[in-house]
This record gives sequence, C-alpha cells and structure tokens, in this order.
Amino acid sequence: MQNSAADAIVTADGKPLKVSLAKALRRQRMFALALVAPLFIFVAISFIIPIADMLFRSVENGIVEEILPQTVKALESWDETSGELPDEAVYAAMVADLKVARKERTNTKVGQRLNYERSGMSSLFRGAGRKASRIKEPPYKEQLIKTDKDWGKVVTWQVIKQFSPNLTPGYYLAAVDAMQTPEGDIRFEDSEKAIHTKLFIRTMIMSVVITLMTLLLGFPIAYLIATQPAKIGNLLIILVLLPFWTSLLVRTTSWIALLQQQGVINDILVFVGIISEDGRLAMIHNATGSVIAMTHILLPFMVLPLYSVMKTVPPTYMRAATSLGAHPWPAFWKVYFPNTVPGIGAGAILVFILAIGYYITPELVGGTSGTFISNRIAFHIQNSLNWGLAAALGAVLLAIVLVFYLLYDKIVGIDNMKLG
Amino acid sequence: MGDPFVRFQEVQKSYDGETLVVKNLNLDIANGEFLTMLGPSGSGKTTCLMMLAGFETPTHGKIVLDGAPLNDVPPHKRDIGMVFQNYALFPHMTVAENLAFPLKVRKMGKAEIEERVQRALDMVQLGPFGGRRPMQLSGGQQQRVAVARALVFDPKLVLMDEPLGALDKQLREQMQFEIKHIHDNLGITVVYVTHDQSEALTMSNRIAVFNDGIIQQLAPPADLYERPDNAFVAQFIGENNKLTGKVTAADGDRCSVELDSGEKVTALSISHGGVGQKTMLSIRPERVMIGDDVKDCDVHVDARVQELIYLGDHIRTRLTVCGRDDFVVKIPNSTDRAGLVPGNEISLGWRTRDCRALDMPDNL
Repeated sequence: MQNSAADAIVTADGKPLKVSLAKALRRQRMFALALVAPLFIFVAISFIIPIADMLFRSVENGIVEEILPQTVKALESWDETSGELPDEAVYAAMVADLKVARKERTNTKVGQRLNYERSGMSSLFRGAGRKASRIKEPPYKEQLIKTDKDWGKVVTWQVIKQFSPNLTPGYYLAAVDAMQTPEGDIRFEDSEKAIHTKLFIRTMIMSVVITLMTLLLGFPIAYLIATQPAKIGNLLIILVLLPFWTSLLVRTTSWIALLQQQGVINDILVFVGIISEDGRLAMIHNATGSVIAMTHILLPFMVLPLYSVMKTVPPTYMRAATSLGAHPWPAFWKVYFPNTVPGIGAGAILVFILAIGYYITPELVGGTSGTFISNRIAFHIQNSLNWGLAAALGAVLLAIVLVFYLLYDKIVGIDNMKLG
Repeated sequence: MGDPFVRFQEVQKSYDGETLVVKNLNLDIANGEFLTMLGPSGSGKTTCLMMLAGFETPTHGKIVLDGAPLNDVPPHKRDIGMVFQNYALFPHMTVAENLAFPLKVRKMGKAEIEERVQRALDMVQLGPFGGRRPMQLSGGQQQRVAVARALVFDPKLVLMDEPLGALDKQLREQMQFEIKHIHDNLGITVVYVTHDQSEALTMSNRIAVFNDGIIQQLAPPADLYERPDNAFVAQFIGENNKLTGKVTAADGDRCSVELDSGEKVTALSISHGGVGQKTMLSIRPERVMIGDDVKDCDVHVDARVQELIYLGDHIRTRLTVCGRDDFVVKIPNSTDRAGLVPGNEISLGWRTRDCRALDMPDNL
C-alpha cells in the first residue's frame, strides 16, 4: 500500500519523486566522493594493496612449479605414500630442470624455499645445479643419487611434491608450529619446540598485562584531570601528551638507562640498602622491561579516551548519589564507575591492539623473554627472508585481534565505546 | 512555633579567602515550610543550598537541622533529599533502579523497596515508566523522577536547585503546581533555589531574596511584592516605577520628597537615609490611577503618553512622568481608553501608602 503510494508521487515536471531526489543528491554524493578520493587513493596504494600482497604471500607458492616445471609434472604420477623412490622419468625431469635453473641461477632460490620446510634442501640444490649439468645421459637416477645421497631419500621427493602446488597451507601451519606429513596428516611440534605458539601466547598475555597496567595507572590520572578546573586540567593533559613530543626511541632507551643492572634504580636500591650489590634486579632485557616500558609508552592511549568520557560524566552524579545516602565509595562504584565503562572499553581496546603488534620497544628492551610475535615477524622479513611465513604470522596476528574485537563487541558492545 | 527546623547561624562562606560569597547569614526555616531562596546569579543562594546539602563547608558559622548541628556530618548522612538542576538521574539505571538507589544503600528489604518505589512513581504519575531509562523520558518526566527520587526515602528535608530551569514555560508552570501540591500533601520542608521570581511567588510560603551574599528581605510572597524593604527587592520582584529625589522632611512613617524634576510628593518612609539624603520612590504599575480615579489620589502628576502595548487583558502604557520616561502603568482593558494616544498629556496619580521611599541604589 505504502510503496505503491510512494511510487505514485511525482514532482511538478511529472518525473517520479525518487528519480528527482536521486538526481538532486547525486551532486552532493559526487562532491563527497571527490573530497574522499585523494585519501582513498593514498590508502589504497600505500596500505590496502601492500597488505593484500603480503596476505597473498602467506599462501602463494608458485616458485617450485616455476623453476622445476618438468619435475612437478613428472611427480604427479608418483605415489608419495608408497615409500619408494620416483622412477627414472622424474629424475630425468629434475636433471633437465636443474640445467635450466643453473643457467638462470634460480636453483638456489628453489632450494631456499624448500629449506623452510626441510633443512638441507638449500645446500642440496646449490650443489645440484653444478653437478646436474655434468650428467649428460641416462640413467639419470643413479647418477643424480651419486652426486648427493639425499636424492635417494624418499622424503626429499615428498617435500618437493608436497610443495609443488601453487597455493600452500604450509606457511600457516608453520605459523602455528604445525606441519603436514607426506601422508597428509597435520602434526604439531612438541611444545618445547613450538616457538610461534609460545610467542603468540606470550604476546597476548603481555598485552593483557600492559592493558591492565595502563588502566590501573591511567584511571586515577584521568579522573583527576577530568575533575580539575579547566585551567589545571589542560595543563595536566599537556603533561600526559608530553611524551608524544619525544621520540619513541629516546623514551625506550631512557628506560634502559633507568632499569639496567648498573642503572639508576638499581643504584639507588643498593645505596639505600634494600638490595645487596650481588642482588641487583634484572629489570630490563626481559619481560619485566617490556611491560614497564610499554605501559609507559601506551599510557596516554588509555588516559585520553578515559578523560574524554569522564569529562562528560557530570559531577552532580556523585553529589546526587551521596545526597541519596550512599557513602562516597559505593557511590563511586555504583554511579560514577559504570558511566566510565565506555572510556575503559575504548582505552583498553586501543592499548591492547597497539600492544599486540608493538615492535620497537620489545626489540630494544625485551631481551629473549620479553619479545613479541612482531619481533619474530620482523626477523623473518629482514633476516631469514621467509616472507611467506612472516605474512602468515601477520595474518594469524590479525585474526587474533579480530577475535578479541568480536569478543569485546559481544561482551561490552562496540557501540558502548567512546573515543571522545 | 518552637525551635526552627533548619537554622543558619552567622554563616559565612568564602572560596578564595578574599571575598565573602555569603556574608553573615542568619535564617530560620520552620518545619513543613516551603522556603525559596531567590536572587540573581552570584548572589550566594546556591552556595547556601550546597552548604545545607553538605557539598560546601561554611567558612564560619553553624547550620543546624532538626536540633543537631550539621557542620561535621558528611552529605550522605544528612538525610536530605536533593533535586539537581539537570536532575542528575543515573543514566545506566532504569527509573525504578534510580528510585531504589537511596533505599538500597539504606539496606531496606526487597519487598519494601518495591512498594516504596511504586508508591513514589504513582505520586508523580509515572506508574508504568519504572522500566524505562531516564534518557527515554521527556524533560518533564525526568524532572518528576528526580523529585520522586529525592522524596522516596522520606528525607527530613528536600532541597531543590533550580529544578525547573531546563523546562519550557508551559511545563514549568505545570510542574510548579505539581511540586507545590506534593509539598502540601506530604507536609515536608522544602528549600528551593531559583532566579525566577514568578516561580518563587507561586510556590513559596516565604521567600528569602538574596543579593550580594546577604538576605535582602525574608517575607511571604505578598509582603515581598507589596511591601519591599529596599530598592533591590522593589526592583527585583515584579515591575516597579522608580522616581528619584531628595528627602526634605520626615515625620513618623511619612516623608516629603522633592523629586529631581522639582515636584514635591509625600511617601511612606521605609529605608531612606534620612532628611537631606537621596531616595528612590517605588510605585507598582497597577497602583497608579488614571482618568476618573485620579480624584481619589493623594498625589497628582502630569504625564505624557509615550507608548501603548496591547497585552489583551491589560494595556501597558509607557509615560514620561517627572522627567523619567520609563514610567509604566497597567490599564485594565475594561477602562475607557479615550485620551490614551501617544503624545497626549494626561493626569495620573497614586495614594501615598502605595509610594515607598527606599534607599538610593548605586546604579541610579
């Protein structure tokens, strides 16, 4: 009824109202688009495309087929679960591929890639490039095995076959300390060797600890600032923001000066006699150092949303509660505190997400027990050059953040969050 | 009347140690009274209320409630209900939870809380709204919840700090009557702060007019309007015609005043400084006569009509009288208005008992 009535409405020139309205709004929409376009293009080029590319790297595996095309094809007919070596044709294909690879100097690349899955592959392929070029005629199988006995192991071929498809779950499995056996089963590493899981768990635990610390320290500060007269409040806000004007590196390294074993705090504690000269505390280059330095660095991200929410809670709430007979303490918990929950939510989610991906500070002060998963990702990007694994670790991290975000939405409700 | 229910005794308050916001306040409030503190902003009325509630401490002096000194009693133990300017309803609680709050902190039983909350809601005609959040209610409804919350725990005293300031005119007038009726029905003592004089006149048993940290006059509404003690009250309450002059003679409750324009008039001596001092004469607009009534008057003056404003029930007429052109007369619509044309010279007059010789304010 209503719809047909709406369809019937026309403007003075006889066009349907909806068409006229859309036309009138188009100009506005185009203008809005034009305003957003430069930023959108910038973000697309500098953010969305690189991230999409990195995420693709976490499953991309074209290199084996690209460098060893004939071998990959020949291996298709081989049953990797049979426990027997591939036949002569596969070896012939491998020798042919290696000859081409040597010419194009790509044999080390495929070796490096397969080395992520099984150590020894890198040196096997490096040597094989040169040695295979000497093999001129059949039987290829015997001659190739003679150059390196690894060619005579079933597992070598199993690895090559397993990682010959263009897409692979291998990096993701490695990111959670698992691997696929040649039989196709998924096998997890022993817990003491499960470095990534350990790092993920540590990253999450430390991020939660840091978030709680910033809340514990930030809540009273934010309350103080919000309840002061504007003049003093503004000064205090500037003091909270002051660290932002100092380089992150300076702030982090000054914690080293303070916390190290020959540092200021240990010196004072020894001087006062609380600890002995031999009992100097190890407060830096471990988890403690990471937590202390990151709590300090992330504190403003907790204080600011808390402050902006507390600023909107009228002081009359507390007055009303006490005039109604509540002791100031329950009045605070039952009336003031619930009204600051949106600020706590906003601050906590901000600090937690920043902490879980933090890199510089744990790198500098974390030692071995205080590094985060992000440091491992950086290691794979910069040192081991295993970008696929780095990308998979990053994607897992992203997934964890999203899970926490959804959990938060479920428990607190994202609409309850207030940043200002 | 026995001991006063609330007593302010030589109360002074200073925030900065240099100026007194409240200067030597002495005020007694009787049990069951509706007392309004009326005054312009910065006059100290809200500070007095806050001291009574316990949110400010007097710099000097004593406040007594029901025979017990309040100075060292924290706000939550004073048993005083308060309605705040912006209601201060707790947004994270429902209306019923808001009302239950003072009862819960008093550790009342669940059944009793429920019963009292429902009774309070019914009292303000919000029976079915207990489950709503304050934000889902209109301004007037929120106002009623705030009143109900301040009353639900049977406090000894209820304070209201400009509670109707955020409402529109019509709703404000309606709420004035409702609060007045609640007061009459429950017989509780109410201290009400406002800067709106019509609100004060409508609701109060007595009004304390504040200015400059001092109570200028404490009187029932009719006295305050008809018999202002000083120039401030005369000008602050209602409309007032002022004529300035010098006291030439004083005899008993009468005095002779020579106006600045030269006319000599007789007036009631109220608060002028004595013979030879400047004085401000105050005459209420509705006490000025024109036309045939002038012959009954003690004082006659000539006037020139400046402006007529038609207000339906009466016509507001601005005239030039004795050299001042802000003299206003309210003429009932029934009167023959012949001659009331801007520019015309007319004669008007008033009775001596309606003309009060007050102190000379600084700003005149």
